[in-house]
Amino acid sequence: MRSDPSDYEFAAPATLQEAVKLLAEEPKAWLPIAGGTDVMVQFAAGTLRARKLLSIWNLPELRRIEVLPNEIRIGAGSTYTDLRGHAVVASEFSLLVRAASWTGGIANQNRGTLGGNIVNASPAADSLPALLAYEADLVLSSARGERRLPYVDFHTGYKEMQLAGDELIRAVCLPRRFAGYLPYARKVGARHAQAISKVCMAALGRAERGEIRDVRIALGSVAPVPMRLRQTERALEGGRLEADIIARARRAAVAETRPIDDIRSTARYRAAVVGNLVVEFLQMLGGFNHHG
Amino acid sequence: MTTNRGRKREISLLVNGERRTVRAYPMERLLDVLREQLLLTGTKEGCGEGECGACSVLLDGALVDSCLIPVAQAEGAQLLTIEGLGSDPRFDALGEAFLECGGAQCGICTPGMIVAAVHLLDRSSTPTIEDIREGLSGNLCRCTGYQQILEAVAEAARRTAAR
Repeated sequence: MRSDPSDYEFAAPATLQEAVKLLAEEPKAWLPIAGGTDVMVQFAAGTLRARKLLSIWNLPELRRIEVLPNEIRIGAGSTYTDLRGHAVVASEFSLLVRAASWTGGIANQNRGTLGGNIVNASPAADSLPALLAYEADLVLSSARGERRLPYVDFHTGYKEMQLAGDELIRAVCLPRRFAGYLPYARKVGARHAQAISKVCMAALGRAERGEIRDVRIALGSVAPVPMRLRQTERALEGGRLEADIIARARRAAVAETRPIDDIRSTARYRAAVVGNLVVEFLQMLGGFNHHG
Repeated sequence: MTTNRGRKREISLLVNGERRTVRAYPMERLLDVLREQLLLTGTKEGCGEGECGACSVLLDGALVDSCLIPVAQAEGAQLLTIEGLGSDPRFDALGEAFLECGGAQCGICTPGMIVAAVHLLDRSSTPTIEDIREGLSGNLCRCTGYQQILEAVAEAARRTAAR
């Protein structure tokens, strides 16, 4: 049963400063709402527990994309459409742009935000494996000031995160140093648009004279939080792109993930897909080496 | 800045070119305000959770699902609904092509499909079939099987480009 709109208090501050001030006055009382693509679904289902909503949609401080020499700082309120339409994001961070293009349909992409995808913390969120592969940092803002932490440390368990009750994600920072890397992104789901992933993967790697360098393999929907396959990555480092190492990587990847059975897929299917995607990525990396 | 618990407030927005002021709870869905207060019932409710696109409108030019927008977030915005697209030249081309290609059957998804198609043609006057599939990927239809709708949008694009 849908929620009753008369039950909700709603604040729409004009600046980030006002927003964090409200959060500081009553930590945890306010639920930030940006484009509403998650919050309004809970509202529709009658499961929205917060009674005070803080609209951060379109706050200018959160919707800027700053291009610096060494990194790009994406305001957390940037929409998927903003990401897809930004020249530097599109050319240097294709994993993120691919994920944005898979998230919902165009209407969802016009409202859904990168910061929202992070705090909603779905294990199936399509943009989060890309953040792991790029080793993104998050900038968190509160009335107490700002702090920066690696995204990999942010999600600590299912829907659990390093975000204080008075904090907002302000920006997502991606280092600009992946020009020589092969990007690989793949979503396996019922369909690309709308459907939630059964498995999604974002990977990066280099190949130097047939040797594997700095491979990063990140997956969604195979654990309570998006994860990097650290052991598989370590096993690959410096190896030659040949059939036996690819076969070993498949086994290592399957062993390293702990997928579950749920309404969208089975653990067995997901594990098989993880193995197949790792193999496909490494085969492409082999070709990348050969031709590149 | 405003806070109100359980209190309606006045919210003004530009609807199909006309300034309208409604009294509503901030968390009322834009969809409900359109249908029940402004009596613009061309915008349909399907799933109510942003999956089906039946409630598509253009909010400051962007395609959105009006079931996911708290009306307070539309304050001061320019809104175009299916009713406001009648004067758009692409509207006639789309309407004709939907009729000819069999793009409308029960009709519930049709206003949303047309709004999404107008949004697509705004951005690309000569869309490929893949562009059309992507542009309409958030709009579900349970009658046609989609092929007729895709053909209708492609046909409308050809006719508008030729005019």
